[in-house]
Amino acid sequence: MFEIISKVFTDNPLIVSFAIVGATMYIAYFLSNKLTKGRIHGSAIAIILGLMLAYIGGVSTGGTKGLSDISIFAGIGLMGGGMLRDFAIVATSFGASFDEIKKAGFSGVASLFIGVVLSFVIGVIIALMFGYTDAVSLTTIGAGTATYIVGPVTGAAIGASSEVITISIAAGLVKSILTMIGTPMVAKYIGLNNPRSAMVYGGLLGTTSGVAGGLAATDPKLVPYGAVTATFYTGLGCLMAPSVLFLMTKAIFG
Amino acid sequence: MVIFGVSLLAVCMLVGVFLGELFGLALGVQANIGGVGIAMLMLVLIVDYLNKRNKLSKPAQEGLSFWSAMYIPIVIAMAASQNVAGALDGGPLAIVAGVACVFISWSLVPLLSKGGSKDSLYEEIEQEKVI
Repeated sequence: MFEIISKVFTDNPLIVSFAIVGATMYIAYFLSNKLTKGRIHGSAIAIILGLMLAYIGGVSTGGTKGLSDISIFAGIGLMGGGMLRDFAIVATSFGASFDEIKKAGFSGVASLFIGVVLSFVIGVIIALMFGYTDAVSLTTIGAGTATYIVGPVTGAAIGASSEVITISIAAGLVKSILTMIGTPMVAKYIGLNNPRSAMVYGGLLGTTSGVAGGLAATDPKLVPYGAVTATFYTGLGCLMAPSVLFLMTKAIFG
Repeated sequence: MVIFGVSLLAVCMLVGVFLGELFGLALGVQANIGGVGIAMLMLVLIVDYLNKRNKLSKPAQEGLSFWSAMYIPIVIAMAASQNVAGALDGGPLAIVAGVACVFISWSLVPLLSKGGSKDSLYEEIEQEKVI
């Protein structure tokens, strides 16, 4: 019986991963609704669950590829591997239009560039403080501080280790969750009550789920304004981090 | 047809990644320089161009939006296949970087919201206030 199940699983790895990820997301969105009343978005909880599964996989096999080291779950590595990941990330830019960004005006576009570069620089400085000195690791962690997508995309492009990529995902995740929870608390202190500041907010923070969730909890009317800029943030990060920002980091740290 | 959208996406990604490799080679670094970002930029421009001429059929758009919607599930699979056990030492680093970044960004919001000249947005804000 178990042999048959195991055979079916190992023969259809990618299909197994669809089923597992779907189940993980179902649990995550359930927890998001019941435990946090939707305050922490289901996607963030799902990524945390994913990291936990990776930890379990790593500890139980001693391997370095998380859950996909367990042979019946090998498809997770295929689904979450570089090829499909980059494909899906490129697809997210479908729906974005440069006509939208014109609405954001100068301050919105400026906040977008400042947001990406600032997050990157902060990530690099903190990584330096924690003892990383090579340009590839510094760039990857800096990119992860932008968003949990820019980190792994950059890391894969410039050849970072899986440990460093994991740290970059975690940094982006912390940013995203803190933005979700913290936005309604700080909103009145930072003047986040009109469309312009919402656009600036989306550009500076950039984490789409964090900005959307945080603004929804503050004032649902602000969500579309924050999304105008946040939509472009990950794209801009994927463009800048593995190119200009990496080359600059490499020039400084060798 | 759905495949047209998927194919367009595939072509954008391949061209982007190819250009990224080319830039890497030209600059003498072992890296793909901005390939995914270039691909995203291409897709936005091409979709915009096709949409304005009504050349992107609904099924083709569905092919694109399917993969766009698969992004979070794929990110979760990506998270589940990382070397988390090996990266646990880096936990505090991730937390400090994430928290520092959010707080510094928050402090800049009022500064940047004030900047910028009168533009179309200004009227929108005014309209919002009226509402």
